[in-house]
Order: sequence, then C-alpha cells, then structure tokens
Amino acid sequence: MATELGPTPVKRPASGGTETHRPPKGVGEDNRIKSQGKWATWLLAPTILALAVVIVYPIISAIVMSFQKDAGLDPATGLFVQGGPAGIQNYVNWLAQQCAAPNGGTVACPPGTLGGQFWSATATTFLFTIVTVTLETVLGFWMAMIMARTFKGRSLVRAAVLVPWAIPTAVTAKLWFFIFAFEGIANKLFNTTILWTGSEWPAKWAVIIADVWKTTPFMALLILAGLQMIPAEVYEAAKVDGASALQRFRMITLPLVKPALMVAVLFRTLDALRMFDLPYILTGGANNTTTLSILVINQIRQGFNAAAALSTITFVIIFLVAFIFVRFLGANVVEQSGATPKGKK
Amino acid sequence: MTTATAASDLRARQDKGRKTAQNREKWAQGRTYISAAIVLIWCLAPAYWMVVTAFREVGFTYDTSILPSHITLDNFNTAFDTSFGNHFGQALLNSVFIGVVVTAISLLIGVFAAYALARLNFRFKYLVLGFILGASMFPGVALITPLFQLFTNIGWIGTYQALIIPNISFVLPLTVYTMTSFFREMPWELEESARVDGCTQGQAFRKVIMPLAAPAIFTTAILAFISSWNEFLIASQLSSDKTQPVTVAIANFAGAQPNQIPYTAIMAAGTIVTIPLVILVLVFQRKIVAGLTAGAVK
Repeated sequence: MATELGPTPVKRPASGGTETHRPPKGVGEDNRIKSQGKWATWLLAPTILALAVVIVYPIISAIVMSFQKDAGLDPATGLFVQGGPAGIQNYVNWLAQQCAAPNGGTVACPPGTLGGQFWSATATTFLFTIVTVTLETVLGFWMAMIMARTFKGRSLVRAAVLVPWAIPTAVTAKLWFFIFAFEGIANKLFNTTILWTGSEWPAKWAVIIADVWKTTPFMALLILAGLQMIPAEVYEAAKVDGASALQRFRMITLPLVKPALMVAVLFRTLDALRMFDLPYILTGGANNTTTLSILVINQIRQGFNAAAALSTITFVIIFLVAFIFVRFLGANVVEQSGATPKGKK
Repeated sequence: MTTATAASDLRARQDKGRKTAQNREKWAQGRTYISAAIVLIWCLAPAYWMVVTAFREVGFTYDTSILPSHITLDNFNTAFDTSFGNHFGQALLNSVFIGVVVTAISLLIGVFAAYALARLNFRFKYLVLGFILGASMFPGVALITPLFQLFTNIGWIGTYQALIIPNISFVLPLTVYTMTSFFREMPWELEESARVDGCTQGQAFRKVIMPLAAPAIFTTAILAFISSWNEFLIASQLSSDKTQPVTVAIANFAGAQPNQIPYTAIMAAGTIVTIPLVILVLVFQRKIVAGLTAGAVK
C-alpha cells in the first residue's frame, strides 16, 4: 500500500476495530487514526448502499435470470416454451447460435434471427473497439502534442476540442446521419455516391468515423494532462545530450506518458466495448453494425432471460478485457486515481 | 588572408547559422499553426454544419454553401411542434428534471464518500476505490435486462424513477471518482488549523472545507449533469412519450411524412440541446478539463 505524502502530518493505516474500550476523546494523533475507520464506514455507507441497489442487485438478478427459460412463444419457431430452470441452456444457445427446435431440442438458428447473430455481433464490437481506440489513440496523441506546444491561439484549440465531447452522443449520431445522407455533405465533398448507411463497410466506417470524431478529444485531453506532467528540464537535458526529436519522443515522451496513456486507452476500450447509442441511432444496427449491446436490447422484448444471459456474457467479456489491461498491460487505474502522491502541475 | 576578411567570413557563417536556426524555428511554428488549424476544423466543422443546417429552409436541406444561407427560424418551430408525435419541449423539461435530481442525489451521497477516500486512512480503501471505479466502467446493458423485467413487474416503465435510479448507477461513481481527486488537491492544512482551534472534524468539514470545496463540487455537478443529460440506452427502453429525455426524443424524431427525414428540424433540436452545454463547458473549461482528467494522471 502506497503511503500518502499529502500536506498533512503522518498518518498510518487504521488498525482493525477490535478495540473494546474507547480512549478519552480529543487528545493526540492515535485517537484520531483509530476513529478514522469508523468515520470512513459512515461516510462511505450511503454510496456503497446506493451502488449495491443500482448495480450489485441487477447483476445478481441478471445472473439468476440467465439460468431460467423464457416462457412464451419462441419467435423463431412459433412454439410455446415453458419457463423454469434452464441450466446453462441460454448460454449454450448464444455461444453455439442454437435456437429452440419444434421437437424440444435445439437447431442452428435460421439466418436473420437474433440467436444467429452472437458471433457476428461480437466480431463487430471488437472491430469497432480495436479500430476506434487505435485511431483515437494516434489522433489523440497528435492533438495532445500540438496542444502542449506554445503558440498563439492555443487556448482556442483547447476549447474547440471540448465541443465534440460536449455534444450528446444521440445528437452526434443524428448529425453524422445527416452528414452521411445520400445527398449529404460527405458525398458532395468527396464527390462520391456512397449509400453510407446502406451497405456493410460504408456503414461500419460511418460509425467508426463518428465515434472517432466524438471521442478523440477526450483521449487528447487525457494524454495532454499526462504530457504536462513531464518536466521541461528532461527535454532540455536530452537536447543538450544531442537526442533527436524522434529519440526524445521514443525515450522520454512515450515512457513518461505511458501510465496516463494506458488509463486513457483502458477507459476508451471499455467504453467502446459497450458501444450502443451511436450505431443504434446511426445505422440501427443494420448491415452488420449490430454490437453486443444492441443485440441485448433487441433481445429484451423477445425474452428477458435469454437477454440476461447475453448481457452477462457481454459483462464477462468487458470484465476480462479490463482484467487483461490491468494485469498484463500495467494500466494501474486505482493507483493512478489516488494512491500516488500528487504531482506538481 | 587578412584578419578583417576572416572576421567577416566568421560573421557571415554565424549569420547563416542563425538564419537556418531561425528558418527552422519559423518552419516549426508554421507547422504548428497548420496542425492547429486542422484540429480546429476537425473538431468544429461537423458541429458548425449542424448549426448552419438548423437555420436553413427545409427546401435547401442539402445546400452546400459553407456560409449560412436561406436563413429561417422555422426549424425551431418544427422541433417543438407536437403534431407529428414529437415531444421535444416536454423532453427538454424531462432531461433537465432527471439531470437535476440525479446530480443532486449523486452529489449528496457522493461527497461524503469522496471525503473519506481522499482524506481518511482505513482498511479496504483500495478495494472500495476499485469497486467504485469498476462501477463507473459498468456496461449499461448488463443492468437493463433485470431492470426492465423488475420495472415491468412493478409497473414503473415510463415513470421518472425508472430513469433516475439507473442513471445514479453511473453518475454516482463518476461523482465520487472526480471529487476524490479534487479533494486530494485541497489545502487540508486549514482543516488541521481549524481542529487545533477547537473544531471537531465535522465542524472543520462544514465550516472550512465545504466553502473551499465549492468550486470542485460545482465542476463535479456539471460533469454529473452532462453524463445524465447524454444518457440514451436506459432511457430508450424504460421511458414513455411523457417521460422521455431529449436524447430519445431526438433519436425518434419523426417528420410529416414517414419516408422523409426532417433533417433541418432534427439539427435545430440538436442545436438547442447542445448549445447550452457547449457554453457551460467553454465557460468552465479549465475546471472541466481538470475534472475530466482528474485521476487519470495524478
């Protein structure tokens, strides 16, 4: 556990609450340290309780639901299906793309049904995530490097990057829907006649471009904040030692900005994996732009329990990606967010 | 070779060196400005296009002139028109109401948690911090299924509470997280002084820290409000015509004819939704950026 180097006097971690008698109040350091744990419990209780109600309860509820059969007519076969425990059948159905068959067993889902879209939705989600996060990282880094320089009008640029971030995603989606309309400005500008939202790859690129436009500023600001933590003397020293611009970038900028960069990439990756608003409004999930989140939403009205299984799978996928980031790529979010002593700005 | 020519030779060479350096400097500056211009256009052009289109007559929806042309305010009337089944005006009020309630609740309970996380030492601190961070990364779809079923069973679909409660799930972690990093930066020596002067920890918090923390809390409130204002996924499933927020209203915006998309009216609605936000963000730019990047780098 990292020690805090705040401006306050020495603090030690609170020891467990095994004390049976309370020492006299209001004297000395030790007394306060012991009372901190109790204080913290009371201060944290409302937040923890609220999050337990709005997050933990739904997760548990979703997991319980995912092991139940959906009662009602099966949309694929038109047969009535009884409810009741399903074991892992819902998960198997999604992963193996199986739908209920008339004889009570399962068959491969006919094309076009939701059950048959799991792997394509997964592929689309990962494609979007990898492409958008890569583009956003590269572009964001470039923007951050520009904003870190001193020039007239720098504050204007720094203000401008906040504009795409401030526009709600739903509005962004409609805006790009208009830009990518057949008679829209994108086709006119590039003298093309592409039905952007009408076929697979243009639709995918439309989503990617809109997402990159909207979220690159956020990335740039996070990276810029990281760049500003690097003291100028380090660059000066490297210059004196004759390091080229490229060497300075590779040997100083990248390693020193890496912690902030990893956190930014982690945030964006997890955000991209749950992407919903943009493709849902921009393309409606048509032409293979259905992400896992859209698939869950489409499934909800056809059966809660199957949707719960799918949302649990989505959750597990996102959790695994976050785990890989934190464990193997060294994105130390918790430490970044607090445990480290505060740096000079 | 005389000393005079040698000296002038040297001077010439120095001049040349200085000029090259100056040129390089100029070139670097020029490149910076070109790059900055590209960033500006990239960020502003699409937003500008939305505003320009919002003020264009319907018949000139696809006009390509860069400057505003065929200017009209009709689109704003159309945006608020309810005769095609749009409820944009109501939706604006709904979004403000939901945003204010969610922000107020999140701040009210989040501020205590942030204080504890920033100021106190206790066991499981990092576990709690990790839990709250994890909660902010949580995918909305994982909540929507059980909530949809639960709210259907108790008849809450289309009520305000059905929209407010799930919003707290992602606004509250954001609030705690942002405020914790703000609180770390505050001059806590003053709290110590207040304690020395005989205040209890609670009094020191109320009388000394709260006034100092006001800007941080205000910034967090803006960020919380924006994230609630932008929410779409949960609202798209759990709201009704009466309770839908603006994001849903804009996404479902219908025109007079079903096959004709009322782009100019949608852009007008988008402009109305965006402009206050953009002004707010630009006015409090420095604080907002600090709030956004808090935690990521410190």
